[in-house]
Amino acid sequence: MSELIPPFDAHAVFVAPWTENLSIFGWVAAMGFCVAAACGLVGNYLMLRRMALMGDAVSHSVLPGLVAAFLISGTRGTGAMFTGALAAGAVTTILIETIHKRTRVKQDAAIGIAFSTLFAIGVIMTVMYANQVDLDADCVLYGEIAFVPLEPMVSLAGVNLGPVPFVRMLGVLLTVGVLIVAFYKELLVSSFDPGLAKSLGINPSLVHYALMAALSVVVVSAFESVGAILVIAMLTLPGATASLLTTRLSIVHALSFVHAALSAWMGVTLGVWLESSLAAAMVVAGACLFGLAWIFSPKEGLLARWRQRSLPATLPESLPPPETAATKPTS
Amino acid sequence: MSPTAPLEIHDLTVAYHRKPVLWGVDLVVPSGQLIGIIGPNGAGKSTLIKACMGLLPLQSGWVKFFGQNFSGVASRIGYVPQRESVDWDFPVSVMDVVLMGRYGRLGLLRRPSKHDHDLARACLEKVHLLPYANRQIANLSGGQQQRVFLARALAQEADLYFMDEPFAGVDAATEAAIISVLRELRDQGKTIMVVHHDLPTARQYFDLLLLLNMNVVAFGKTQEVFTADLLQKTYGGRLTILSEVAQALGAHSPSP
Repeated sequence: MSELIPPFDAHAVFVAPWTENLSIFGWVAAMGFCVAAACGLVGNYLMLRRMALMGDAVSHSVLPGLVAAFLISGTRGTGAMFTGALAAGAVTTILIETIHKRTRVKQDAAIGIAFSTLFAIGVIMTVMYANQVDLDADCVLYGEIAFVPLEPMVSLAGVNLGPVPFVRMLGVLLTVGVLIVAFYKELLVSSFDPGLAKSLGINPSLVHYALMAALSVVVVSAFESVGAILVIAMLTLPGATASLLTTRLSIVHALSFVHAALSAWMGVTLGVWLESSLAAAMVVAGACLFGLAWIFSPKEGLLARWRQRSLPATLPESLPPPETAATKPTS
Repeated sequence: MSPTAPLEIHDLTVAYHRKPVLWGVDLVVPSGQLIGIIGPNGAGKSTLIKACMGLLPLQSGWVKFFGQNFSGVASRIGYVPQRESVDWDFPVSVMDVVLMGRYGRLGLLRRPSKHDHDLARACLEKVHLLPYANRQIANLSGGQQQRVFLARALAQEADLYFMDEPFAGVDAATEAAIISVLRELRDQGKTIMVVHHDLPTARQYFDLLLLLNMNVVAFGKTQEVFTADLLQKTYGGRLTILSEVAQALGAHSPSP
């Protein structure tokens, strides 16, 4: 058994990544935080709109867009990358809606058809143009966040801002954050009640496409670090964890940031100890946080429920209890 | 044809997957009336409302509000969807939902002001839900949820309201509270169109009735169109409904 678990060296695991190896793991953790926070913000809305599967879809179908953009532009610059991702995101969204509306195929099946086909096309393209496009199959699936510190650094007015992928991800995170603050009420009402949104003069499908565009950009910025599969966890775990702890959207957002920070830190720790993929370790750490929230959530957690069952029933709030008058049958 | 009628519908046809649900609907709705839309299941009652609001594509025809297209007068039109159409686990409070009614008047990048909050509180007071303002919406009974929707509609300060089954599955106290608020709105000169499917109460509640079964069977004053003959035409030969009708008619007038 002992050879299955690597030896645990407290200094190497807890201290070294943040002291002598900070120039590597500092950037990895910062990148992990930005990825999880940006994904979390967008993912919160996907979950509220019951569209978590769309995150799955876009994260996969971004691949052919990325390869095509690299091939056409001949560069791997941010502009080409975002253009490819936005195009792929738009194609995916439109394809899913077309299949869903024009045939009898339901939306979940339409999503399954559209994204796996686009991903397959992407895989073929990756292999065919392997020489021109430097994306290997492993990287496509689970990324390599440990390469982030090896990328060229960006500096502005003599200040070192960090490696290119990190700076890009930070920019995306800030942009998404600003957009959510600016369009908070449009996002809120079109997610909660699209019919009302429309009657208020807010176009719910415009909001939908804008959200898909944001999703595409977030996913593509995270792609090389965490890949097509792990990014799905980044989209869902922060919001899912937060929603177990609060019933206010603004606090859900704030808690997803806490979740992102904790999973980046715990992920680095776990990954260093087990000498494994750091992105995968971050996802496992994030899932552990979800588990902890599930058990210890003050209102809905397993422990709270267990305690409620064993305690005599008391009215927890001073407000009048919900009305108990007999309801009329609806038919 | 009055150019200022709150709602004017001409030759409206709506289809789902090429099957017509509504066809050839012509309607001119006068203002300051409380109007019930009744008809059997699948008659297109909700479809009519949704098509008017532009939530469904029209196969043919047009809809005008106060003589204009919807987009020009959106802020004068309020909509209360069916309670089941939203997710009540959504992480918002009662106050947040009522404030949504103000969003149409705020414009981009604007947050609700103190005036909007005061107004939302007054609307909650009207439906007796002010003590619940900060509760999460999941912790409400069905009747309370419906009253939250009503408060939100009041906060819209619209002139024409569409309500999709506001009385479905609510307790008697809520039903009474809702109808008194609707009457108050009507007395202020607003027009309210309500999808309803309880025949005996339809007769008490509404000034005008629209009998609908894929097209308009009758539209007029309640006492004129709530007749066994027209109701039978609307509902077809459904026995349970017809006995309900007979009961309703019998309860208010000597049977022929």
